[in-house]
Amino acid sequence: MATQHSRLAARVMISPAVILLLGWMLIPLCLTIYFSFLRYNLLMPGMEEFTGWTNYRYFLTDPAFFAAIANTLALVLGVLFITIVGGVLLALLLDQPMWGQGIVRILVIAPFFVMPTVSALVWKNMFMNPVNGLFAQLFKAVGLQPFDFLSQAPLMSIIGIVSWQWLPFATLILLTAIQSLDSEQLEAAEMDGAGPLSRFFYIILPHLGRAITVVILIQTIFLLSIFAEILVTTNGGPGTATTNLTYLVYVQSLLQFDVGGGSAGGVIAIILANIVAIFLMRMIGKNLDA
Amino acid sequence: MGRISLNQVTKSFGDVNVIPPLDLDINEGEFVVFVGPSGCGKSTLLRLIAGLEDVTSGEIRIDGQDATMVPPAKRGLAMVFQSYALYPHMSVAKNIAFPLRMAGMNKAEQDKRVAHAAKVLNLADYLDRRPGQLSGGQRQRVAIGRAIVREPAAFLFDEPLSNLDAALRVNMRLEISELHNTLKTTMIYVTHDQVEAMTMADKIVVLQAGRIEQVGSPMELYRTPRNTFVAGFIGSPKMNLIEGPEAARHDAHTIGIRPEHLAISTTEGAWKGVVGVSEHLGSDTFLHVHQTGLAETITLRAPGELELRHGDTVYMTPEADKLHRFGPDGLRLA
Ligand SMILES: Nc1ncnc2c1ncn2[C@@H]1O[C@H](COP(=O)(O)OP(=O)(O)OP(=O)(O)O)[C@@H](O)[C@H]1O
Ligand SMILES: [Mg+2]
Repeated sequence: MATQHSRLAARVMISPAVILLLGWMLIPLCLTIYFSFLRYNLLMPGMEEFTGWTNYRYFLTDPAFFAAIANTLALVLGVLFITIVGGVLLALLLDQPMWGQGIVRILVIAPFFVMPTVSALVWKNMFMNPVNGLFAQLFKAVGLQPFDFLSQAPLMSIIGIVSWQWLPFATLILLTAIQSLDSEQLEAAEMDGAGPLSRFFYIILPHLGRAITVVILIQTIFLLSIFAEILVTTNGGPGTATTNLTYLVYVQSLLQFDVGGGSAGGVIAIILANIVAIFLMRMIGKNLDA
Repeated sequence: MGRISLNQVTKSFGDVNVIPPLDLDINEGEFVVFVGPSGCGKSTLLRLIAGLEDVTSGEIRIDGQDATMVPPAKRGLAMVFQSYALYPHMSVAKNIAFPLRMAGMNKAEQDKRVAHAAKVLNLADYLDRRPGQLSGGQRQRVAIGRAIVREPAAFLFDEPLSNLDAALRVNMRLEISELHNTLKTTMIYVTHDQVEAMTMADKIVVLQAGRIEQVGSPMELYRTPRNTFVAGFIGSPKMNLIEGPEAARHDAHTIGIRPEHLAISTTEGAWKGVVGVSEHLGSDTFLHVHQTGLAETITLRAPGELELRHGDTVYMTPEADKLHRFGPDGLRLA
């Protein structure tokens, strides 16, 4: 890569990809920003006009907006917590030599291959349904009142469903990280008098730091935009109990036909996501430096 | 403190028997070197003593106490690994203090011991660095520091110098010997380098395929190797082993003569041959002599200033009292 010539060739070769990516991102972004300044309602086609900051003012003063922010945060943090704690424990378990290891590992990874709508519907109808669901049957079997998860603890239920989907991802990344730990380090710690718990906290956990950072960064990106699971289970309700920012934008633009308001919400979501990203990189990004 | 004895110890991995029944006594304060070719079970034996592997049968006693089932941390032994096994996310000071911290020692005492170890090992300037920011030799010293702060009954070293370059290896060899002289603690040292074994050991244990071939002081092994394996393994360059009629003339199946015990002449001698490669080390020259009718190659040591070319004819005469005789089973004949 040292010569002028090869550097030029490299630039020419990657330019189609860069141009495509730029177009892919920039055109929708610019359109969204443009729409967010229009009074653009699908019920009144052809009446678009420039309205300045009105859309933003309405979106930001909507009580649903604050509920959505709180829900988004709860969803992201809840899922991150469950998947990382659960992922570390599962990875430790899967790292133990055991019979049928290959099959067990594939089974653990399987939920990741189920698409979100399907898995949310399966959870809603087969597990959480207060009449026919498996959990309801279990409750009845031990003589308890069935619990209607999606109406009595809607956000927790969704956190549960999403965690179930992302647990395999976290487990997989953490498992490979655990396997890359030099076994002599653990043996040295054992000889130094560290018991299993000390070995976990002083050797294994610090070793996993980088993998945990990767899991947090990647999952946060996807968890900020959870949508399908909410749409097919609770529709954002009851009330706004499970409405996150993404879902609020959807409600605004496609249920209330207010494309301008929805676009303003989209732009706000982008800004908030970037703030979160900056915070994350500040807090944990240093773990990624070699 | 630091007496270790192995009693009929065996080790198998599944069906593979790596260590057949083995007895060994290590005395207090001794520097014992396990030496042998790759895969002969040196590391396995060391790990059995450390407690990192369970013995299949037999008994390990440390200071007279049965330690066969005692977990590694409770045996009072410290180990230095080939890969150093430093904790990468901890500073040098934290690495060295780790065993003390695990033992619940108070901070002031920890600091005192770390400072002392750092002084002994010349690490005082690096205490705040991470292992990743150290050179190989410095890492090695940190690993040793982590072992000495515990004041163990014995140190176990598994090929600690094999990742270092030649010059540094000589240095660290001296430092470890020096450390042994200061601490006077039992040390067990694994290596496949017979030079390390010869220069450092009080007692060498030569292993082959898990069996002990001979135990003795370096000079004992050099002067009276018990069999052809030890004869070929100890000493550098290797002893010349000769079979056939020449051996029969000495009433032996095999005779051995070290390169340094062959006198060289260009005019007359017992054996005749043609010079092949000669390695000039400055002080000495090692000649590889062919077409002797005795063995493929005979190696011999000549004075450094020797002027002999490839293809020249030379004559060699073994020193009669330095000739080793071995029977058909490979064992030394009296
Ligand atoms: N965990 C294990 N499972 C099965 N076989 C093993 C295991 N560890 C070692 N062995 C076998 O035991 C034998 C001795 O191994 P060991 O590591 O003790 O050799 P070594 O003398 O230390 O060799 P080197 O000088 O190459 O380090 C080898 O043949 C090896 O294949
Ligand atoms: Mg080894």
